[in-house]
Amino acid sequence: MVPEECMYTKEHEWVYREGDVAVIGISEYASTELGDIVYIELPEAGNTVQQMDPIGTIEAVKTVAELFSPVSGEVVEINQSIVDHPEIVNRDPHDEGWFIKVKMSDASELDVLFSHDEYEEYLGEQEDD
Amino acid sequence: MALKTPLYDAHVERGGRIVEFAGFLMPVSFEGIVAEHERVRTKVGLFDVSHMGEIEITGPDAVAFADYAVTNNVADLEHNQICYTVCCNERGTVLDDLLVYRFSDESVLLVVNAVNTGKILGHLQSIRRGDIEIRDLTAGIAQIAVQGPASRDLFALCPTFASVAAQVRNLPYYRFFTARLDGDEVIISRTGYTGELGFEVYLPAARARAVWDEMLERGKTHSAAPIGLGARDTLRFEPSYCLYGHELDEQTSPLEAGLSWVVKLKKDEFVGRAALVAEKERGPARRLIGLSAEGKRVPRQGCAVSAGGRTVGAVTSGTFSPTLKAPLAMALVESSVPKDSEGITIDVRGTAVPAKQVPLPFYKGTVND
Repeated sequence: MVPEECMYTKEHEWVYREGDVAVIGISEYASTELGDIVYIELPEAGNTVQQMDPIGTIEAVKTVAELFSPVSGEVVEINQSIVDHPEIVNRDPHDEGWFIKVKMSDASELDVLFSHDEYEEYLGEQEDD
Repeated sequence: MALKTPLYDAHVERGGRIVEFAGFLMPVSFEGIVAEHERVRTKVGLFDVSHMGEIEITGPDAVAFADYAVTNNVADLEHNQICYTVCCNERGTVLDDLLVYRFSDESVLLVVNAVNTGKILGHLQSIRRGDIEIRDLTAGIAQIAVQGPASRDLFALCPTFASVAAQVRNLPYYRFFTARLDGDEVIISRTGYTGELGFEVYLPAARARAVWDEMLERGKTHSAAPIGLGARDTLRFEPSYCLYGHELDEQTSPLEAGLSWVVKLKKDEFVGRAALVAEKERGPARRLIGLSAEGKRVPRQGCAVSAGGRTVGAVTSGTFSPTLKAPLAMALVESSVPKDSEGITIDVRGTAVPAKQVPLPFYKGTVND
């Protein structure tokens, strides 16, 4: 899931589209900001999620963050590897460290997400604050 | 406008992630909190703690005044000895926790938390008595903490400290010495905030960068590396050292926070004594406990603690312990909660997580080696 080909939320999730399935993870920026991740809670496969609902928890040593679903639909797969080894997300947030796959109920929801360039710009603005 | 320590550029050059803390731009991490934590537990790490406040009290009544201002016994300290203590208000709650260095009968140094330096200076002025001078030396002094089992060996490798190698090697816990190194006045103390063998070096701000770089370069063979504030917190948490703003604040007495050992009620007079004597007689309302949470959710500061179906207190500090590999917390709870009570839960963001009481400290390191 090459970062340049992903879409992003303001909450730093990335989405990679594979047909009507959205692969979801957290950005390199988010994984670095969180620091060492020690525990991840994910929804179960089969759960229905709504766009921007909190659907999971990411515990780092120093802090905790919620995972928001960038799209609505049904969770079709979760990445058990990152539940068993959360450090994978720090090491490889865009590939091995993916979180869940959601079968989208409305692919037009993707229109509100940032493109890679827009996300980079957004990060730049965050830094300036 | 946030302040920079004399080592700020060094942190940026080494890729430190910078955050604002107590008005200073400080590195929160370099290679990652867990890796830094383990480095200090097993080898040696260097901390820039130049943000800490240094307040000098001099004059014929310096020792008597310091003894009046803090709860521990400064009058009985020997020269070149240090005590950990708290400074209370008249209500017997904590304005700051600090170290007192006794140089002589007429000179002591208070080392206070950066966040409280201004408050303590104002407080000292408001209670001042006797023939003393109070001076804030913070801006001119840099402080480097060298912590870890290999910290003693690190000094032996640095040419700067060659002339004081034996003094460093033989320095007992909570003692210090001063030395003139290449013309600069330096204080070296056997103190720290990690639970491991360690030292703290106070030196002129202008000299800090050279010494910092030398320690990192010469310390390579012992895997010396800089450590950020993130690991500083997890390292102090495991041996359950109090952190101001967490276990200690102006709503908390030292007796509640498990610091009765630094409150010398037999001293004739000190600020807060009357309140603390009364509190001891009736028994402190709360006490600090250790909790081990079931599962992997991490309790954080402010999470409510319940026992027997009602709220009995709150978490003061909580983290995933890198050494013990478990979510642990310190909490201030009502004293009526029995030490062996079962059925304690912590409300972690809406989930009642079962927790069991565990003795403090969670971890004992090489601090006395």
